[in-house]
Amino acid sequence: MSNNVWAVLQLRDGQVSRAALETIAAAQKLAAATGGKAEAVVLGSGVADAATAAAGRDLAAVHVADHADLAGYTPGAFIGALAPALRAAQPAFVVFAHTYQTVDYAPRLAHEIGAGLLPQITGFTSDAGSLLFSRPILGGKLQAKVKVRGEGTVIVSIQSGAFSSDSAAVASAPAPIQALADLSQIKPEREILGIEEVGGDQIDLTKSEIIVAVGRGIGGADKLGPVEDLAKALGAEIGASRPVIDSGWLPRDRQIGSSGQTVAPKLYVALGISGAIQHLVGMKASTCVVAINKDPGAPIFAVANYGIVGDVHEILPAFTAAVKAAKGA
Amino acid sequence: MKVAVCIKQVPDVEARLRVAKDGRWIDEEDLSFVTNESDRYALEEGLKIAEATSGEVVVVSLGPDRVKDALKKALAVGAARAMFLKDPAFAGGDAIATARALAAAIRRENFDLVLTGSQSDDVGYGSTGSLLAGHLGWPHAWLVIGLEIEAGGKTAQVKREMESGMNEIFRLNLPAVIEIQAGINHPRYASLKGIMGANKKPIEEVNAEALGLGADAVGLAGSRLEIVSVAFPESGTGAQILTGDAATAAQALVNKLRQEARVI
Repeated sequence: MSNNVWAVLQLRDGQVSRAALETIAAAQKLAAATGGKAEAVVLGSGVADAATAAAGRDLAAVHVADHADLAGYTPGAFIGALAPALRAAQPAFVVFAHTYQTVDYAPRLAHEIGAGLLPQITGFTSDAGSLLFSRPILGGKLQAKVKVRGEGTVIVSIQSGAFSSDSAAVASAPAPIQALADLSQIKPEREILGIEEVGGDQIDLTKSEIIVAVGRGIGGADKLGPVEDLAKALGAEIGASRPVIDSGWLPRDRQIGSSGQTVAPKLYVALGISGAIQHLVGMKASTCVVAINKDPGAPIFAVANYGIVGDVHEILPAFTAAVKAAKGA
Repeated sequence: MKVAVCIKQVPDVEARLRVAKDGRWIDEEDLSFVTNESDRYALEEGLKIAEATSGEVVVVSLGPDRVKDALKKALAVGAARAMFLKDPAFAGGDAIATARALAAAIRRENFDLVLTGSQSDDVGYGSTGSLLAGHLGWPHAWLVIGLEIEAGGKTAQVKREMESGMNEIFRLNLPAVIEIQAGINHPRYASLKGIMGANKKPIEEVNAEALGLGADAVGLAGSRLEIVSVAFPESGTGAQILTGDAATAAQALVNKLRQEARVI
């Protein structure tokens, strides 16, 4: 096994995305810890521009799989392109961005090449060559430190935003670009029938200046009246975390988080939202966050500017009254 | 169709959690456990398919004694029988070790479909189902929010969630492992009759030896990951907490929002 680290880059519209740069940054940092070199892989069809862009970063090589069957994502095609190359190179780590696409195929790739699998890391420390990785558990309420056991390649995925894209070091001279030698095992096993956009006429929360968002802690669809009162007093739109949508308390176009909308209002009021990482990625860019939750250990308080620990149903009417009084003054 | 549904019992994440004395996991004493959220949706999806095809659901779980409660709940809502992978050797397994054991158990019968949740609410590796599919040599799909069985059970049309509000729709050959996302359906509740009937339904206990797996292939020994410690994140730059009764705290909050943050 080598001590090199490979970064598999997820492109966006055929270009090197922020997630791809974060993947490069993480691979560079890991390679510094293993004493190996960072290399990147670009998969797709007509990806010469992306490969050239990646080669501008400080990498020992950029490997390219350019194939018509890689134009759209299917696990069989992506695994077929990567597995022979990874079996031959045996890197210590293979780094992916933790996205809905990569989580679909990284485990299967790990199985195919007999690698270990370490999903959704938020960072790592290195102490005398032994690595300790951090990852969220129990809905982000706690953080686990994890070590790798045994020998052989480990596939790692990195939480969005955990490694800064700005820290992806730039090369002094472009990295060599190499075509992957064996593309014979590419076999798309899914017959793609289409892509649908969820709710074409959906409410655009990304333009809202103030958002009042509700979580499971609100207790039910029949408890939304006081929420609407607060939203009206603040001039806010109402959003929600995923469990509220799944329970049918609010329509899906109100969902904020990794599978919903990503918002950045000047004021975000989180009511009964615990703050699972999938929700936080959708709202953490808000200027000012207020959290009201009965659990003082809820992760939402870590990203909030102001918090009240208590029963949301008791605090809501008082909050609305105070807002109305202040605005009337 | 004969459908296997894999479920996991997890700590109730709404509960107050404490770190265990050895710091390696949470203290499970006095903790309430529930069936993992997305697994409940997987079970409902399996029951719907079994009903539509005059088939049956076999519910499968791995874990300590308490897991029997989760299996009984699944039997109460309509699963025909249960497989309980129960062996101290299974403890501490990562997704790789757990998928290996589940595959060995599922391979003993001819299933037409395996359903799992997409991600557990405790460790959240989100990969056990895909790894299981690897062992079985079947296609898989993760984060599935729509599933239609076609062609008399030969293929399935699958809708999968992607980033930024897009869904991808595709067709897969069956048998396959389909990893269900929460929200795909409305899980049913157990009826009194269902709860009574569950006690008569068989729960088959299987250990590593019965599955032909050595102790080094399962649990922590068969894993590539080991959780060394767990801790509450350092709050550091966390929220300014406003205290007092509801009116006092709310007034203090409004003052902060107007005078300090200047956002209202």
